[in-house]
Amino acid sequence: MNPMATAWLEIGLALLLAPLLNSVISRVKAVFAGRQGPPLLQPYFDLAKLLRKGAVYSPTTTWIFRAGPILGLATTAAALLLVPAGRISAPVAFPADFILLAYLLALGRFFTISAALDTGSSFEGMGASREAHFAALAEPTLFLGLAALARKTGALSLSQILPAASPLAPEVALVAGALAVVLLCENSRIPFDDPNTHLELTMVHEVMVLDHSGPDLAFIQYAAALKLWLWSSLLAGLLVPPVAAAWPASLTTTLGVFALAGCIGVVESTMARVRLLRVPHLLAAALALSAVATILVVR
Amino acid sequence: MILLVLALAALTASGLLALVTARRPRLAALCGVAGPLVAWVLAITPMLSVLAGGQSLSAEWSWTWPLVALSLGLDPLSALFLAVILTLGMATAVYGVGYLREARTPTARGLAWFFFNLLLATMAVVVLARDAVVFLIAWETMALASFFLIAFEHDRREVRRAAWIYFIATHLGSLFLLPLFFLLGQPRASFAFASFGVQLAPGAASVCFLLALVGFGTKAGLMPFHVWLPEAHPVAPSHVSALLSAVMIKMGIYGLLRVLTFLGAPPLWWGWLLLALGGTSALLGVLFALAQHDLKRLLAYHSIENIGIIVLGLGAGVTGIAVGAPRVAALGFSGALLHVVNHALFKGLLFLGAGSVLHATGTAEIDELGGLMRHMPTTATTFLVGAVAISGLPPLNGFVSELLVYWSALVGMTTLPAAAAIPLAALIGVLAASGGLALACFTKAFGIVFLGLPRSAKVATSHEAPRAMRMPMLWLALACLGLGVTGALVVPRLSAVVSLFAAGPEAVSALNDGGMLLWRTTAVAAGALGLAVALALVRLLLLRHREVRQASTWDCGYAAPSPTMQYTASSFAQPIVDLYVSLLRTRKRIAAPEIHFPDAARLETETRDISREGIYEPLFEGAERLLKRMRILQHGRVQVYVLSLVLTLVILLLWNVR
Repeated sequence: MNPMATAWLEIGLALLLAPLLNSVISRVKAVFAGRQGPPLLQPYFDLAKLLRKGAVYSPTTTWIFRAGPILGLATTAAALLLVPAGRISAPVAFPADFILLAYLLALGRFFTISAALDTGSSFEGMGASREAHFAALAEPTLFLGLAALARKTGALSLSQILPAASPLAPEVALVAGALAVVLLCENSRIPFDDPNTHLELTMVHEVMVLDHSGPDLAFIQYAAALKLWLWSSLLAGLLVPPVAAAWPASLTTTLGVFALAGCIGVVESTMARVRLLRVPHLLAAALALSAVATILVVR
Repeated sequence: MILLVLALAALTASGLLALVTARRPRLAALCGVAGPLVAWVLAITPMLSVLAGGQSLSAEWSWTWPLVALSLGLDPLSALFLAVILTLGMATAVYGVGYLREARTPTARGLAWFFFNLLLATMAVVVLARDAVVFLIAWETMALASFFLIAFEHDRREVRRAAWIYFIATHLGSLFLLPLFFLLGQPRASFAFASFGVQLAPGAASVCFLLALVGFGTKAGLMPFHVWLPEAHPVAPSHVSALLSAVMIKMGIYGLLRVLTFLGAPPLWWGWLLLALGGTSALLGVLFALAQHDLKRLLAYHSIENIGIIVLGLGAGVTGIAVGAPRVAALGFSGALLHVVNHALFKGLLFLGAGSVLHATGTAEIDELGGLMRHMPTTATTFLVGAVAISGLPPLNGFVSELLVYWSALVGMTTLPAAAAIPLAALIGVLAASGGLALACFTKAFGIVFLGLPRSAKVATSHEAPRAMRMPMLWLALACLGLGVTGALVVPRLSAVVSLFAAGPEAVSALNDGGMLLWRTTAVAAGALGLAVALALVRLLLLRHREVRQASTWDCGYAAPSPTMQYTASSFAQPIVDLYVSLLRTRKRIAAPEIHFPDAARLETETRDISREGIYEPLFEGAERLLKRMRILQHGRVQVYVLSLVLTLVILLLWNVR
């Protein structure tokens, strides 16, 4: 099978399986809590139900509010095209593609935040403010970490960097640690944010989308699932040892992604979320990991 | 060349005509706006042909002064900056027609047009000058013209204060330029640019570099020499603010670049210094912008961030030359030069948008605005384009130049030895951090001003700007989009300018690679937008036959939310401002309610400038204390004044006789 077709097949797999990551996380949490947990296909049922519903809009809102979920999903899906699955190169790969990846996600974030401010709700404003704050702290960690890997492997494109970096090298391990923190932050998981909280004051990402309903909310939830898949497959690409042949490579990376989801479930079951004021410290620690990795690599 | 001289003449003539016809508003506006339009039309062909790598132009006229020749020239570097000057000049002049309609007196109107055109003409001469004396005369006239424009509303106290701060700061900067040109001209005893740069000792070159960095850095608003910028830009009339922030501060960058062409091969530490100053400006500029409450002040501080990004690009370029890596150098310089153009476009656009808001509501205080999207849809949409562009997001132009700077640093970081790679890695981190903060800053500026509910009665009576003000905003927004999409075509064509700094086949191939890279990023971004359109259609289809209701915003069960409960700009920025409080020194004055039931409460925050409080004020106070001692000589008794005159004369006489 030619590499291009395999690459696109991987994207199809991601689009299909991404919501399942959330079920894996909640299943792990349920096991820890001694519950049975929702059925594995629950996220798909939720999406199908939301897509069948009508919508409610606040009279305060403008077209920005309606554009937010659409652009959020479109940019995340486009960013997914740049992410390799282990050895299998991404459908679109070119030097410095990780910069475009980060900026595409930022474009989606710009409109998600604007949509939140469009409602005029103080709660959504609060979530928007926190989202912008944490993202601004997470961005340099990502860039420095990937730049360090680029120097280590002598490659500039994600599709070449990730397979070439061996997780046993200390620099790569440091970057993997930093990326794990960024993954938890960008996907609003514990210890940064609790996706299952029911108190608006303590939410970050969930509170930004309080006012969205129907298909808009379905877009948002699907985009969140795709984003979790995107970051997990970046990290899995770094941690899972590359396999030469195409099919085993695809299988190991996909298994890696689900294993990471399981790890997130374990983290969420065993940790409390940190106080909001401590979140910057956690992100600064991740930045320090990236910076140390950079210095080790350049030295 | 004759076309360029005609363009200069058109600018001057139109300024003078507007002054003469000031009593008739329509005629004066017509005269005032004609100059920039005619100048743009006249100059566009020579500019484009030189920029594309055609023959450089030059002309020289004899002068009666010794040592000086009135020599002008147009090389690719001048052409790039001239294009920025004239394009933004045209857009802001058209905007000025709408904005100056309500000028209080005919004299004020006439003078505003006169100084506006004079400013454009002198900036053009600054980039065209091929002689240090001509350059300095134009430089000082530019400072004067902009001073009078900043002081346009001189009946307000804070305007006068800001104008004086600008005046003093810009002359302190010029103080460093005189020895600079003296050092440059000394070896051949000539002030012609053509004679500069030969026989310069390495030590002298470094001194020249430092002098240029302080002198031109002051005009560019580079931290820590930026004190005047956040004071002066907000108080000027908005079309002038746009011109100052978009174009005039770039004259500092032009000066720095021009001097770099005289100084020969740079040592590595110049690159470090540029990266350090650029990084400081980029980070602190955006942090201070975030802490501001005034829309125009926020934009002014944000210009410091963008100057920082430009200087980071230059730093990467100089580092590349110093270690012999033409690819890094070419990409760094091209990113910096393109960011000069891009920042001019989107910062001009944003200042014009802020001007429309100010014009419509009478306030630029962000926390008093809100919900303007409904009242001023064109202004809001164009402001949104500017906000996305300035945050460096694809597919607009800000992304193109930032990507080039990133790529230059990335190529350098992965291939060069540690002495160059570590600073370039720091560049990547700083640029990423300032990018994230810029996103926070501009979601705040756009979201709080244009979205949500009006926060004060001033918004309720607001109206969309008149057509003369809307058109330039639309043009600039389209230009942002255009340069964003066609970046891949533009970047390889920068090779003529870049070759002044980094020449050779490797530099050209680096720019071509940059073009290839941009094709791909544009394609992916276009794909994302196409997908967004498809999703929008899906959403429309899904909702077609369903119930779409309106209900008030969900406020967690509270059914009567009022506009004052909304998040404000200050609350939006609070987590970031608090995190960096040791840098920002934001002061808070809190009057919390003292009883258990809700009562009147107050919170004020103020962020003053760190460099002004930490460096400039102590410096000036020290100077004042020192100079106060001289007061003994100034006591008002005429007899003693005469005595000291006589004594001085006698001493001089004795000196001569000796």
